[in-house]
This record gives sequence, structure tokens and C-alpha cells, in this order.
Amino acid sequence: MDALTPIAVISIFTLSVFVGFEVVSKVSSTLHTPLMSGANAIHGVILVGAIIVCSHSDTTLELTLSVIAIILATINMIGGFVVTDRMLEMFKGKKGGDK
Amino acid sequence: MSDFVYDLIGLTAGVFFILALKGLSHPSTARRGNLIGALGAGVATVVVFFHGEIKNLWWILGAIAVGTIVGVPAARKVQMTQMPQLVALFNGVGGGAAALVAIVEYLSLGDTATTAEVIFTVFTVVVGCVSFSGSIVTYLKLQELMTTRPVVFPGGRFVIAATLAAVLGSSVWVVLELGTTPLLVVAGLSLAFGILFVLPVGGADVPIVISLLNAFTGLTVAASGYVLQSTLLIIAGTLVGASGTILTRMMAEAMGRSLFGTLFGAFTAKPQDTSGVAEDRPVRSGSPDDVAILLNYARRVVIVPGFGLAVAQAQHTVRELADLMISKGIDVAYGIHPVAGRMPGHMNVLLAEANVPYDQLAEMEEVNPTFGQTDVAIVIGANDVVNPAAKTTPGCPIYGMPILEVSNAANVIFLKRSMRPGFAGIENELLYDPKTMLLFGDAKASLTKVVSALKAL
Repeated sequence: MDALTPIAVISIFTLSVFVGFEVVSKVSSTLHTPLMSGANAIHGVILVGAIIVCSHSDTTLELTLSVIAIILATINMIGGFVVTDRMLEMFKGKKGGDK
Repeated sequence: MSDFVYDLIGLTAGVFFILALKGLSHPSTARRGNLIGALGAGVATVVVFFHGEIKNLWWILGAIAVGTIVGVPAARKVQMTQMPQLVALFNGVGGGAAALVAIVEYLSLGDTATTAEVIFTVFTVVVGCVSFSGSIVTYLKLQELMTTRPVVFPGGRFVIAATLAAVLGSSVWVVLELGTTPLLVVAGLSLAFGILFVLPVGGADVPIVISLLNAFTGLTVAASGYVLQSTLLIIAGTLVGASGTILTRMMAEAMGRSLFGTLFGAFTAKPQDTSGVAEDRPVRSGSPDDVAILLNYARRVVIVPGFGLAVAQAQHTVRELADLMISKGIDVAYGIHPVAGRMPGHMNVLLAEANVPYDQLAEMEEVNPTFGQTDVAIVIGANDVVNPAAKTTPGCPIYGMPILEVSNAANVIFLKRSMRPGFAGIENELLYDPKTMLLFGDAKASLTKVVSALKAL
């Protein structure tokens, strides 16, 4: 894979920061908890990174650490989305309370 | 699968995450937003198996199976009251995973690592470890496995500052010298710093810290994305880091805290004065019948729910009481403090479960001016969020936090399990006020008795 150039990385980072600021800027306090929980689940995508390093692992140490990383990341990702869904389940059947 | 297709799918997953956060910001689209996020994460996880050489396939699938078996039941079975600490725990393991990924990648890169890669690796290890150990401490605090009060010891500030300096110093050492041992030293010191950083945080500030550590973990994911050359990880991690920072600031504002003060509380916290805890003053306690009579002749009642409501699972009973009062022509509103419970929005989630109509839920700014015309304020298992000490006692841990001004109501009823102070550990003067009546017991049991007493009237 071609290396990402520093400017490409900086561009992706900078634009993502602004998007991240923008998308949550008007959230009501009602949704602080589920939003935090949902964002928490999203960073569980580190699972992808854990799978990549595990798939390159040659030594026992590397394999052990990366297997632990996969287990932890899976708990973060899947558990995070399930728990967020459970919180939001309770909002169902409402005629959307947002203004 | 070619790199181009793989990266394109990664970008699609990134867009899904943006749509997920956007959806989660509105009540009507929140659930769908979460599902879109899960879909993005699922797609990203599946396609990685079709890109490049995959060794150790069975180990990978086995580890995912183990993670699923642990994570899903935990998320499904958790009580609503324990949700905040579960989120803290999930965040912590995510930080731990990011740190491990960085360590493994560092081991396999060996001498070929560029300086930039080493710097990002060290960053990921430091912040990931801080997030991991810090989250574990917040979990212990919220689960009440350890004291919820700020833990401060003499010279604590210097220990924390020294640990931070050691973390930074050893980080420089890794960058200059390379090698596995220095990196493990950094990891160990960072774990210690995470613990020391969260220990002095008082109960009321814990939700802010969870949110902050959540943003931290996001940034570590972004940094490991650089090391692994994965645009998806950079996008996803940065999104969470940025939105998490904003969210942390909004939470801090809702609690009247400066983010800076919370962040650096570790360096400024002073040992607290714990005298005056053993209070032995008379309080006025009443029976469910007394409460029912008071309610029966009220014109306007405001219900103020808190963590005790969550513990007792009394949300359905409280709704029954509210419906009964409304049928008697009493004007009923719920006064929701933004940080009542253990997390911002905790009460909204709980009352939504009991199908309480949205229009009865009043936010703090809305309800505070109306307490003057309120005959009865019923405080159910809340304490800190109605404690006048936040206005009157400079120097107490919650000073400056906006509160629900229930003391302006003609009568105040507290439903409490005991005289124990709230999560922040501060005595509440309002309990001794002559217009306050206390109804001791489990909130659900008490409310059930009040409902039947009120029906009988």
C-alpha cells in the first residue's frame, strides 16, 4: 500500500475535526448519554486495526497481544452499539421530541 | 480486493460514522443513527478480511467470538442504573485495545519504523493506557466499589506532576533510543498516571471525565490509523475525538464547571474538610398519607427525579402518580436537571422508558422560574442537584453548579432511602428546612403507598 503523505493525513485529520465539531454542536442534553455511548462504540472500529496487526503477527508475543486487542476491541464495538441501542429503544414510539 | 476498492469502502464506512453522529444528535433519528454506525463498523470489519494476506485467521475469528460472547450479554443484561459505568468500561477496553495495537505494530516494525511512526506509536500507547486505567477507576467509582469522593493525599499534586513528567521523559527516551523496554516503561507509567489523574475527581465530575476519556480514546484510534496507514481509522478516531471534546465541554457547561478546572483538578485539588458530616439535627418525616393529602390540595406539583429513582426502578410508579394527579386536575411537570443521575440525560432515558410524555419534561431553565408558583416539589432520590449549598457555600465541591431551585416551592417532599448525603458527599441544608417533609424508604415502595393513599382520598 502506498504510504499516506503527511499532507494527506493532516488534511483528513483537519477536515474530520471540523465535521466532528459540527455534527454534534446542537445536541440537546437529553441525548448526551446516548451520543457519548454511540461515539464510544464508533471508536471500537480499532478492531480493524487489531485484525490488521494480528494478521501480520509472527511471534508468539505479537500474536498474544493482538488477540487480546481483538477481544477488547470487539467488546468495545459490539457491546457499545448494543448498549446504545438499548438506551435509545426507550425513545421509541415517540413523535420525535426535537424542535 | 484492490487497494482502491478497499479504501473506497473504508471511506464509505467513515461517511456512515458521520451520519451516525448526526443521527444521534436528534431524538427522532437517534436509534437509526446508532444502527448506521453499527453498519459502518460491521462493513469495515468484514472487508478487512478480503484485503491483503491474512495470517492467524482462526485466532482472529476466535478472538472476535470471545469478545462478542463477553460484550453482548453485558450490554443486554445491564440495569439502566449501571449503564454509565458499563460505557466507561467499554471505553477503557477500547483505549487498551488501541495501546496494544500500537505496541504490536511497533514490535513488528522494529528498526524500520520512521521517527513519525514512533511518535504516533508512543502517543497511542500513552493516551490509550491513560484512557484504560482512568476508565477502570471511573468504573470503580460509579459502581461504588471505591469511595465516590475525591481521593486526595498529601503531596498528591507533586506525585501526579512527577508521574506526568516521567511519562513525557520516557516518551522522549523511546523516540531517541527505540527498543521495547522503554516502550513498556512508558505504558506502565501511563497506566499509573491514568489512575492518579482520575482519583482526585469528585463524584459529580465523573461523567465529564468519562466523556473526556472517550474523546482521548478517539484520538488514539486516529493516531494508530496513521501508523497502520488506515484512512478509516484516522477519520473515525478524529470524529470521535472532536465530537467527544465538544460533548465534554457541553457537559461541563451544563454542570457549571470549567473544563480546565475539571481537567487539572488533579493538580489543584486540596484535601477536603470532612468535618460536620455527623449531623444530628431534627428533620420532619411524614407518612405516605401526609404526602397524599399535601398533593391532593396542590394546584401545581413539580417532580424532581434523581439517581434514587433509577435505583428503585420507580419510573413506572412515578408516572402512575403523575397520571393520577393530572386526573385530579393538578398541574404536573417533571423538573429535569441536566446531570441528575449518574450521566447527563440519564433521567430523560429513564422516564422515556415509562412513556412519560415529552411535554411534561421541563428542563432546568424552564422549570426554575416556576417554583415560586409551585405548591409541592417532590424530590425523588435526588440530592446534589437541589442542594442550595451550590449557591450559598463557596468552596464546597458542587459550588457554582446550577441547581433546581426547589426551595422556592411552598412545600418540598424528599423521598430518600436514608439521611446519607448525595453522590458528591455534601450535607443538604434543605433537608432541615421547616417546609420540607421527608418520606423514608425505597422510592418505588413509597410511591406505591402514596398512590394508593391518594386514590383513597
